[in-house]
Amino acid sequence: MADLSEATRRLGIYRRLLGAQVRSHSSYRASFGLDLTANALMPLLDVAAVLAMFRVTKTLGGFNAFEVVVMFGFSATAFTLADLAVGNIERIRFYVRQGTLDAVLIRPLSVLGQLLTLDFTIRRVGRLVVALAVLGFAVSRANIVWTPGRMIMLIAGPLSGAVFFSAIFVGTATVAFWWIDSGEFANGFTYGGKDFTSYPITVYSGLFRRVFAYSLGFAFVGYYPSLALLGRADPLGLPAWVSWSSPLVALATAVVASVVWRFGVRHYRSTGS
Amino acid sequence: MSALVIDVRGLRKEFTITRKAGRLRRTRHTVAAVDGIDLRVGRGELLGYLGPNGAGKSTTLKMLTGVLMPTSGEVRVCGLVPVAQRRRLAARIGVVFGQRSQLWWDLPLRDSFELARHIWRVPAADHATRLARFRRELDLDDFLDTPVRQLSLGQRMRSELTIALLHGPEVVFLDEPTIGLDVVSKQAVRAFLTELRDRGDTTIVLTTHDLADIERLCRRLVVIDRGRVVHDGTLGALHERYGSRRRVLVELDEQLSAPIELPGVVQESSSANGRLITFSLDGSTTAGELVGRLASVAQLRDISVQEPAIEDVIARLYASSTTPPHPRRSRP
Ligand SMILES: Nc1ncnc2c1ncn2[C@@H]1O[C@H](COP(=O)(O)OP(=O)(O)OP(=O)(O)O)[C@@H](O)[C@H]1O
Ligand SMILES: [Mg+2]
Repeated sequence: MADLSEATRRLGIYRRLLGAQVRSHSSYRASFGLDLTANALMPLLDVAAVLAMFRVTKTLGGFNAFEVVVMFGFSATAFTLADLAVGNIERIRFYVRQGTLDAVLIRPLSVLGQLLTLDFTIRRVGRLVVALAVLGFAVSRANIVWTPGRMIMLIAGPLSGAVFFSAIFVGTATVAFWWIDSGEFANGFTYGGKDFTSYPITVYSGLFRRVFAYSLGFAFVGYYPSLALLGRADPLGLPAWVSWSSPLVALATAVVASVVWRFGVRHYRSTGS
Repeated sequence: MSALVIDVRGLRKEFTITRKAGRLRRTRHTVAAVDGIDLRVGRGELLGYLGPNGAGKSTTLKMLTGVLMPTSGEVRVCGLVPVAQRRRLAARIGVVFGQRSQLWWDLPLRDSFELARHIWRVPAADHATRLARFRRELDLDDFLDTPVRQLSLGQRMRSELTIALLHGPEVVFLDEPTIGLDVVSKQAVRAFLTELRDRGDTTIVLTTHDLADIERLCRRLVVIDRGRVVHDGTLGALHERYGSRRRVLVELDEQLSAPIELPGVVQESSSANGRLITFSLDGSTTAGELVGRLASVAQLRDISVQEPAIEDVIARLYASSTTPPHPRRSRP
């Protein structure tokens, strides 16, 4: 119980930091509505790009349009959720460059927690809403035979994917500690990963698929949870339990990312003045 | 339990510098910003941590506060290892980096103090008492409702001191808290630090290039250069080491009939037909003894005593420390 009240007290502090951030930005509110709409458009454009493929083919990598949109829905929900929660971590590269992380390090709070509140923006919530709508629509049209396990997967899948993407966001942002001019390196992985997971991995071939789908784990964001939901065997021949393993993959990736993060913070070198 | 609040042994920090050499080639080399520092500071001490630009002062402070990971050496602050136990340490120390702000830029100053109360979990009553005291001592009332970005440098620095001290830290690290301030603001900050020092329960480590800060505030000076300690002691000890001399200026009714002969007293100059004389003293004879002797042989009109100029000692110290006084420590 002591731990629980400690945790709520901590959350209370971050909530206050968040509030301070929101108040700091309230002067820019005029553009808020516009931003929200523009943000919501992004997943719509993405799903349109996926659907455009089906004008020339009936199946994509062995899956019909609804099945592919289920995969897209998983991926988009996971990505937008992760982006909303930790996407602004990519700004760490500016803090590292300018040495402004100093002020964050001398407070008795987690560095990651502070950074996330520091740049949090609610604007991206529009994307999440649209992604959820796309997922809901596809799931309702894809002839899914509902079992308790599949219902759980409908929730656990996007959440695992969000944890996975969050780990990718944090892990790749950490390179800024070693590589001051990392530029768009981290974005390459996160946005690249989002695009990769929007399609069945069967459309990719050879080394590319092996590296991104399995070595880096992107297959477990959209593809495998969708197979579990659709009750389809993996055309690539992996056993059925693999389709249910995204939560484990997400957990493992999160552990790796947190180790990398801790290691990175210790490599922070500040600046000379 | 020892009374040591800061205990540093063989502290080193190396930075790897990459330089462009030609179009694609880059050369890497390491520089030791802090090169084997030993430092022990007891509870309630005020330590002036000095040295020329680039000596490694800020780098040391960042390692003591858990911002930077040392390359090697041992550090304990309040018995904690700064980087490994960063959060626990942060709860017990206060930090002002003169060049960086702890305040919320777009919010009224008052909000930053309120946030600090929650971040450091200060009981409301303690917070109120301390804030009332800082408002009085640092004259904050006029700008409590002003957004921080609109504060003048002097106002901001006073606010930075406040936010660093609101949680009643055991140790405070102040990296150039008087940089860029005008005379009045400097005096306000100095008076505040004097008060804090004299309460005796807070250990203070202060870096500054302001010689008046050093003279008024620091009982103990640690001077570093190129990452090494070149002096650790009082200002008096520093003067002694570099042979600084006090001067006594006297104005007489008429010139002396015979020169004054006292140990350690040198007549530096005389003018106005020998009626204005400057003596310099190395300490073996006091100014009082000299004046006593003069009074017995001549009519005194006026006397003044000049303390040795701290600029001179510091300048001499910085110049002479180009050759390290300590033997080179081998790398661990
Ligand atoms: N982040 C960094 N990366 C590379 N070199 C650094 C870094 N920080 C400091 N240095 C180098 O380390 C040395 C010591 O710097 P430091 O900032 O500690 O000096 P200082 O004593 O605080 O000087 P000043 O009085 O100018 O503030 C300098 O040579 C500086 O160039
Ligand atoms: Mg400095």
